[in-house]
Amino acid sequence: MTDTHALDATRAAPSAPLAVGMRDIVKRFPGVLANDAVDFELRRGEVHALLGENGAGKSTLMNVLAGLYRPDAGTIEVDGREVEFQSPRDAIAAGLGMVHQHFTLVPSLTVTENILLGLREPRFRLALGRYEARVGALAEETGLAVDPRVRVWQLSVGEQQRVEILKMLYRGATILVMDEPTAVLAPQETEELFRTLRSMTERGNSVVFISHKLDEVLAIADRITVMRRGKVTAAGVEAAGMTKRELARLMVGREVLESLEKVAREPGPAILELDGVGAISDRGLRALTDVRLQVHSGEILGLAGVAGNGQSELAEVITGLRPCSGHISVNGKEVANRPVIEVIEAGVAHVPEDRTGTGSAPNLSLTDNLIMKSYRTRPIGRGWTIDRVVARHRAEELKEAYEVSAPSVDTEARLLSGGNLQRLILAREISSGPGLMVAVQPTRGLDVGAIETVHRLLLAQRADGTAILLISEDLDEILSIADRVAVIYEGRVSQPIPATQADVAELGLLMTGVTPSGAVPGDDGGPRTSGAAA
Amino acid sequence: MPRRHLLPVRIVAERRLEAPRGLGLLTTLGGIVVALVISGVLIAVIGGDPIGSYAHILRASLGSSGVLSDTLVKATPLIFTGLASSIAFRMRLWNIGTEGQLLMGAWGASAVVLFGLLPAGTSPFITLPLMMLAGFGVGALWAGVAGWLKARLNVNEIITTLMLFWIAQRWIQYWVFGPWSEGGFQMSPRFPREAWLPRLTDFASAVPDLGGLTVHLGFVLALVAAGLIWFLLSRTRKGYEIRLIGDNPRAARYAGIDIGRNIILVMLISGGLAGLAGASEISGVVHRLQDNFSPGYGFTGIIVAFLARFNPIGVVVAGIAFGALILAGREIQPAGIPAMIQGIILFCVIASDVFLRYRVRLEAR
Amino acid sequence: MSLELAVAAGVTAGTVLLFAAIGELFAERAGVINLGVQGMMFVGALVGFRVGLQTGDAWVGILLAMLAGGALALLHGIVSIHLQADQIVSGLALTFLGTGVALVLGEGLASAGSGALLPVYSVPLLSDIPILGPAFFTNQSVLVYVGYLLVPIASFWIFHTRPGLHLRAVGEQPAAADALGINVYRVRYAYVIAGGALAGLAGATQSLAVVPGWHADKTFIAQGWIAVALVIFGQWKPGRTMIGAYLVAFISRLALDLQAPRDIFGLENPFFYYQPSTFFLNMLPFGLVILVLIVAAREANRKRIGAPAALGLPYVRGERGR
Repeated sequence: MTDTHALDATRAAPSAPLAVGMRDIVKRFPGVLANDAVDFELRRGEVHALLGENGAGKSTLMNVLAGLYRPDAGTIEVDGREVEFQSPRDAIAAGLGMVHQHFTLVPSLTVTENILLGLREPRFRLALGRYEARVGALAEETGLAVDPRVRVWQLSVGEQQRVEILKMLYRGATILVMDEPTAVLAPQETEELFRTLRSMTERGNSVVFISHKLDEVLAIADRITVMRRGKVTAAGVEAAGMTKRELARLMVGREVLESLEKVAREPGPAILELDGVGAISDRGLRALTDVRLQVHSGEILGLAGVAGNGQSELAEVITGLRPCSGHISVNGKEVANRPVIEVIEAGVAHVPEDRTGTGSAPNLSLTDNLIMKSYRTRPIGRGWTIDRVVARHRAEELKEAYEVSAPSVDTEARLLSGGNLQRLILAREISSGPGLMVAVQPTRGLDVGAIETVHRLLLAQRADGTAILLISEDLDEILSIADRVAVIYEGRVSQPIPATQADVAELGLLMTGVTPSGAVPGDDGGPRTSGAAA
Repeated sequence: MPRRHLLPVRIVAERRLEAPRGLGLLTTLGGIVVALVISGVLIAVIGGDPIGSYAHILRASLGSSGVLSDTLVKATPLIFTGLASSIAFRMRLWNIGTEGQLLMGAWGASAVVLFGLLPAGTSPFITLPLMMLAGFGVGALWAGVAGWLKARLNVNEIITTLMLFWIAQRWIQYWVFGPWSEGGFQMSPRFPREAWLPRLTDFASAVPDLGGLTVHLGFVLALVAAGLIWFLLSRTRKGYEIRLIGDNPRAARYAGIDIGRNIILVMLISGGLAGLAGASEISGVVHRLQDNFSPGYGFTGIIVAFLARFNPIGVVVAGIAFGALILAGREIQPAGIPAMIQGIILFCVIASDVFLRYRVRLEAR
Repeated sequence: MSLELAVAAGVTAGTVLLFAAIGELFAERAGVINLGVQGMMFVGALVGFRVGLQTGDAWVGILLAMLAGGALALLHGIVSIHLQADQIVSGLALTFLGTGVALVLGEGLASAGSGALLPVYSVPLLSDIPILGPAFFTNQSVLVYVGYLLVPIASFWIFHTRPGLHLRAVGEQPAAADALGINVYRVRYAYVIAGGALAGLAGATQSLAVVPGWHADKTFIAQGWIAVALVIFGQWKPGRTMIGAYLVAFISRLALDLQAPRDIFGLENPFFYYQPSTFFLNMLPFGLVILVLIVAAREANRKRIGAPAALGLPYVRGERGR
């Protein structure tokens, strides 16, 4: 990545007035103190990164700034004036624009309609023509190309993000807060975004960049504030002087750069085979085209790709949740278009990407959640009835073995934290002794400790001989635990290559649809842009 | 700029993480009490006598063994329809038209007699089970239609079951005004003795004290049904599936459960239970098919189900309570008051649910 | 009875359905499902009639009927928006409540005759158009014409105005609207109350224009529920909903008319000669509604159109741990 620090050293001088000053901010939620007397300062014209693990309190802090939450204590100043935001509208009026991690766009409305939402102009009549022109002009000017007349559900994720930014700029935002913006972008798109952010600061705007990715933070930020468990561990330190190691320590309290034991293995026979698989998405568009894939016993096949390229649909056709064309077989048994129960009985375990929406029943107990796959057979299922004593006993065993932290097995699943819920789901899926496991975004939203646990469990399954299809947006994750790597882009899957031979730059190209001219990995003759370690 | 406030206290509501056991019961009872107070005020406002009305309701429903028996008679169909609603609502299937399934169940039971399927003088041990079976079956099918439409086409079951209720009403009117009309009157001929569910008073010759007590076997059947449904929901695989679908249909699908089949199955059971309500009422109380024999047992059953929080045991208790209300309420003027009270009770109970989700405190400013 | 008169009667009765359905359409577009429509219509019918009777002015009755409907809807709003109880149950409770209250307060009014009347108009030029004229523009109550105007106004409001844009956003993605400073609660309350007011208007239309007088529990059979179904059939668009309203009302009217004459087109009318068979005719409107819903469901499956995405879901800002 291009190094821009040298160019900006003079711009964000300490003597410039503060764009934002937050002091002693306290915010509580039931059961957790999200912000514990936090101070945060943003200077005019700088890119300031807010770094921390998931759950550290960064999003909460910025949500307070954006007017979504009212702080329980503390003050906020914008451009030197103390402000109290009663609602997001006040924050926007003060020049603060927040682009959330989960986009707040209305899918069925057009780009222009989304941008106009909440504004006082037009007064009454919605004469879109004029505004579409305005939006188009703004898009040109800022280099955020998007068609103002298109309905949002038709846009790619990257384009939707541009609409979100345009939304804020249209309202005259001079302070932009971006919450984990690169989670949904390929490396090249991330570069583009960074260029956009730079040009914005050149025009005098200020940017807060929330992230948990050390590489990116070091690449884009002028200064960094690190948070851990609701407190600030490093306030506004210059990025130029920091190393990844040190940031990691500030984030986590110990030096953690993951290094897990991965024993090289000879993969066994192919357990999962896909041939010529095609599928249609919920919107009626083609999601998968001619997918050919094999996953062997005892190996982890990592499928990298930016969200929205068919990953969900792929997981669904394998696990029986979506119809498809072509052939899918598990251990030789055809499972394409079979009822879900048959796929389960063929030995397929599924760790879904949506923990709360698909993977668990929020108001049922841990026990009830744990028997979701095993209630039909002995010893828990007996004939028509369920042996509750046995079920409870088994649940207690699993809870302990997988370290699910909760008051008891009768606790309702919705009370579990993300990490614990994922442990619960893994406990359930692994204990069914599957031959194939499909894990989709298994570590999304988890803190470093939980991520480590998940990876450990997956590697243990691999050692046991399970075939694992790991679908993830996190390239680092895939490169650290997968044996072979493939990329999915617009419903097509590339030829898998051994992880040891994988090159991030090339994978990045594949993730954005560019096929390298040469077939040999690592020898494409193109610009070398790697995820450089500091 | 400081805001001015009306009261010196502030209401602070915090989302709860979990609700203590027993809070559900407490809030339900609290809601009922509030509802009775509100109803009392409204009754007073329109010139009635609230205390007198309530006292009358208690006396007229529980005051003696005679009226207690009458209360249980009224409770019988309510328990059935309460169960019918509960099992459907557990799966978030809004079977609102249980009244229609009740009517069709009554028709089915009557058809066994009035179509002359059995020769005269057949033993009640054959006639009655057949009638109950027919009642369950026809009621089940009636709901099953709506269930099938929901499962296959995702057609809103609230409206289809309701429309089917009005269709059922007219279906019965046709038979009762037409082919089965007795002497041009709007009712069928009286059923023969073997088609009557046995009542306590039938044994008065052996035990004189039982004279006049019209509670019938249907009440026992209702209790048995409650027990079976309780067992189904808490101890069986099917019950687990029903609860899982009700909580999170996507997770249920992910777990391999066929939601469409379960929708149809639950609607069949629900409709069957409501059908039994009709069959037992026809066979145990009215002894003939006529228009308007039900004062809305199906609809009241919905409220019973909510009060019981869809718990079969609670349905028995709430069913008896509402049986008392309906029994005594018939004599209260003006006529709309019991309906109004029912609406207020349901309203207050669901409003009181907020205390399960939030902990509310008063804080001095 | 001529076809034109039957259509005209259908239009008159259909106006009741129309008002209630458009009201429900607004509420559902904002994301709140209101099943208390039937109860609000009963209350509106009672209030409209009684106040009209006592003041001699039907318009005052209509105004108060709308207020009453709106007040009941406010209750529904509080329970389902602020207290976040289940919207379906809350609506049901209101139907019980509204119906009961109306019956209680309407004691003794059945004998009070037909009350204050509303003017009836024929539109000069339009009523001469063949077929359409006598049906839609001749001797119709003023409220029917209000109905005609309501539909294009509602359409324009929803799709071509700024407040309409906000309405659609709140019903589809309240989180997005909230993040942009739109007060989701306020918008929902506004449209739920408006829906209730329109339901009250529908009730008053029934007791003041369609079948003047108070008929206790016979005032309505299923109109409130049919209105809810019509919104689904109309795919949440006012124009289509209107078509459904007039259609259902017309068929209901037809079912009634087919029972009276001795012959139909020269053939003996079975419904006249065998009275009990008329009950099958009476089933027609309800069967039609089921049919209408099936058609709507199949279309929705094919074209992937659906209800406003957030319909029926309470909005809680910033739920922790999404």
